[in-house]
Amino acid sequence: MSEVKFSKEHEWIILEGDVATIGITQHATEMLGDIVFAELPEKGSNVEKDGTAGVVESTKAASDVYTPVSGEIVDINQAIVDDPAKINEDPEGTAWFFKLKMKDISELDSLMNKEEYDKFAKESSS
Amino acid sequence: MEIKKTSLNKLHQDSQAKFVEFAGYEMPIQYSKGVIEEHRFTRSHAGIFDVSHMGQLFIYGNENLTSDLEKIFPLDLKNLQQNCSKYSFLMNEEAGIYDDLIITKLEDGYLIILNAACKEKDFEILSNILSKKYKLELSNDRALVAIQGPKAVEILNETIKGVKNLTFMTGDWFDYNGQKLFVTRSGYTGEDGFEVSILNDLAEEFTKILIKKGAKLIGLGARDTLRLEAGLCLYGHELDLNKTPVEANLKWAISKERLSSGGFVGSDKIINQIKEGAKQIRVGIKPEGRLIAREKTKIFNETELPIGEITSGTFGPSINGPIAMGYVDKAFSKIDTKILLEVRGKKHPANICKLPFYKKSYVKGVN
Repeated sequence: MSEVKFSKEHEWIILEGDVATIGITQHATEMLGDIVFAELPEKGSNVEKDGTAGVVESTKAASDVYTPVSGEIVDINQAIVDDPAKINEDPEGTAWFFKLKMKDISELDSLMNKEEYDKFAKESSS
Repeated sequence: MEIKKTSLNKLHQDSQAKFVEFAGYEMPIQYSKGVIEEHRFTRSHAGIFDVSHMGQLFIYGNENLTSDLEKIFPLDLKNLQQNCSKYSFLMNEEAGIYDDLIITKLEDGYLIILNAACKEKDFEILSNILSKKYKLELSNDRALVAIQGPKAVEILNETIKGVKNLTFMTGDWFDYNGQKLFVTRSGYTGEDGFEVSILNDLAEEFTKILIKKGAKLIGLGARDTLRLEAGLCLYGHELDLNKTPVEANLKWAISKERLSSGGFVGSDKIINQIKEGAKQIRVGIKPEGRLIAREKTKIFNETELPIGEITSGTFGPSINGPIAMGYVDKAFSKIDTKILLEVRGKKHPANICKLPFYKKSYVKGVN
């Protein structure tokens, strides 16, 4: 399994073989507040790097979810659609959003590692 | 313009509030526990709301003032007893709503609670009509602290003896540390509760006592989900100058006596609308599934013709599902009418439903 990488749109991604698991960060959930709705891409659909790949809504507002890499959606986490509060409880663990089969593994190179992301998150929220 | 702060601002900061600007004030949207927990705490215990940004307008005068106010508000103020409150509106000649408000008859005049975003304009309108004959005072030195929820009466009565004897929509002056507080049994959450008008200098210490007794500070985020579950209108969303009280389905707030006699600003339009029926009307809406339809979402009938628009929509924590209010053409306003809501380019099924979404628990008096 690769190291976890992070995007500027506050997604995390981890690669296993050529399948990446993607979710939103703890920091993102803290900014959003209580999440009450999640919409995920359809299984089998193709998503493009930095394109939208879902929606989350808090009591206050709706926010797009972006995918940090391109690929074909091979699995979605129905549990967070059925109970969106799970996203606040364990955003970087059991509350992953979708898995996709990556087209170009080098797309990971431009993403941040944990240390870089933590610094970025701290700066962007201050 | 510099952002205004209420006298509880420091307490909000110390309580880890996230702030937003609301009507020119720095106000707490939520605290560390978040909107849903704050909402549920209010429904199960007691929440404290800083509503000091709202206007507290005192108008001093006698029976002549009552007659003059009846030319403005659609209320039977002559028969309103002292210390009793009514929900009402400030309207233009077309019955468009400048503001919705609560007016309470005092021994020496009236107290009107106004929305923060509207209070300066309201004051100007009312001053133009009344200031030659009466003294009007938009208070700068009083905070307004609401305590709402099933434990509110017990907690507040320990701090201000006797408030438990008030009934819904009545108020009175009470002594507190040698100062006079005006307390009403009212609020905007659908829960039993009180609003306390207190001098700025005493507000923080007073609020800390309520917290010590088990109440918790609640932000504007939960205030919004609470009022929406209770089916209550929010100015700037359900109500504005392009809506009348009849369209807003609030004709219960217009006194029957005044409907036959008229003679208040906007009365011709209102009497006519009641007779002819309004074209559009405010309704409750429940989307199917978990979809949230926000303000400005377009509403369609089953054959996909546009019939209206959502004015407020969110997730109702006590309903555990999405809820909304909006305006639809009268023909589609019946309970259980199937409608479609356009969200992110797709039309989703929803139903017109009864208001409130959450049953109110007011402690009503004999009137």
